[in-house]
Amino acid sequence: MGKSRNVIGFPYRRLDEAFGSDAPVPAAAAQGEPGTYVRASEAERMAARLQAVAERGDRAAFTELFRHFAPRVRAYLLRGGGDAGRADDVLQQTFEAVWRKAKLYDRRRANPAAWIFAIARNARIDSIRRERRPEFDPQDPAFRPDPAPEGERALAAGQRAEAVRSALSALSDEQRDVLWLPFYEGETYAQIAIRLGLPLGTVKSRARLAFQRLRRSLAAQREGLK
Amino acid sequence: MTISHHVGGDLLLAYGAGTLDEATSILVATHLALCPPCRAELALAEVIGGVMMESATTGTAPAESLPDPAIVGAGHDGERHGPAAVLSAQPGSFVLPQPLRDYAGCDAAQLPWRTMGGGVRQVALKTRGSGATARLLSIGAGKRVPEHGHRGAELTLVLAGALYDRDTWYRRGDVDAADSSVVHRPAAGPERDCICLAVTDAPLKFPALIPRLLQPFFGI
Ligand SMILES: [Zn+2]
Repeated sequence: MGKSRNVIGFPYRRLDEAFGSDAPVPAAAAQGEPGTYVRASEAERMAARLQAVAERGDRAAFTELFRHFAPRVRAYLLRGGGDAGRADDVLQQTFEAVWRKAKLYDRRRANPAAWIFAIARNARIDSIRRERRPEFDPQDPAFRPDPAPEGERALAAGQRAEAVRSALSALSDEQRDVLWLPFYEGETYAQIAIRLGLPLGTVKSRARLAFQRLRRSLAAQREGLK
Repeated sequence: MTISHHVGGDLLLAYGAGTLDEATSILVATHLALCPPCRAELALAEVIGGVMMESATTGTAPAESLPDPAIVGAGHDGERHGPAAVLSAQPGSFVLPQPLRDYAGCDAAQLPWRTMGGGVRQVALKTRGSGATARLLSIGAGKRVPEHGHRGAELTLVLAGALYDRDTWYRRGDVDAADSSVVHRPAAGPERDCICLAVTDAPLKFPALIPRLLQPFFGI
């Protein structure tokens, strides 16, 4: 993170300005249809906020995003082995990146929580683990683009998150653990193997099975919607 | 061209969670650049992360006085992960996809290859963090790497040419996975040199004397 103090970009000098701000929040441009899950429509609303930030640098929309996500991102960063001071630095980097990268957000591809999770995860790798994060670049000439729209995207962003939520709750505790520990606690399979007293291979195959089970249950939910 | 040998679900999950070591992450990111189905899987893994972040006990609000932010440059940046501009790309113009070029600093032809004998050349990639190591290998057309076993996992991602290992052909984008139970002698196809990325999380075991003597020099 550079030391430049260019004020044109990030709308807040301090994040608590944003958090404590009483800026009016514009009427929801929610696209959730009547009868959909409350959470699904909340995801659609957050997606609309991200779009507003992307299209016109909408600060009120950014404030709303921050109010919703900052406590969650912070909790995630604290679990991942950072102390409070470090977590707040990374939290700040995360929301600076949300502001900067909002234009790259595509609501057909990702729900807002997944997108912000990925940004916070990368900030955590960068700042707390001090490693580089290798990533593919869709504009790389060597990149193989997606063929046709995939079936997976037939579910709206919010619906998909809701489907994953219910699929997760249908997993056994053992299977949920091998997903929760890496994703939320930031533990490697080797660390999980020590924590659970299992061979490394067992932990990895359990993770593969949990992922497979989740995929199947999503496919079943998609079938049910047809 | 579709890929038939993918990275395992456990690797995609760990890459999505951000817990995979840097060397193995290079291999996964490179495979993802070449494999749309695995990108869909990664998107699912990130939804899992988002759902967990959303549903965990909400933490406290950020402290009253946060340090001054490093204010970032003007406006939004649009270079990476943009949905547009992919169409103008000319496929196949680079042997090394972007994640590898980021580490190698150039494409395969410009690399400072070091010969290891037997028609095999290598370039080690510098990564941080502990655990696995990553190297690019160039195996001459029709040549074989010395027979070796493994103390841990070995993942080989083919980038150019073809690799023949244990009755299977691997081509661009394919991943060949071997564990400690495997002793093998992969060979490059006869038409052209095979360039691949090899990631190992423990030193290899060479039964033959000469490769074993050379091992410390090559850092394998
Ligand atoms: Zn794949």
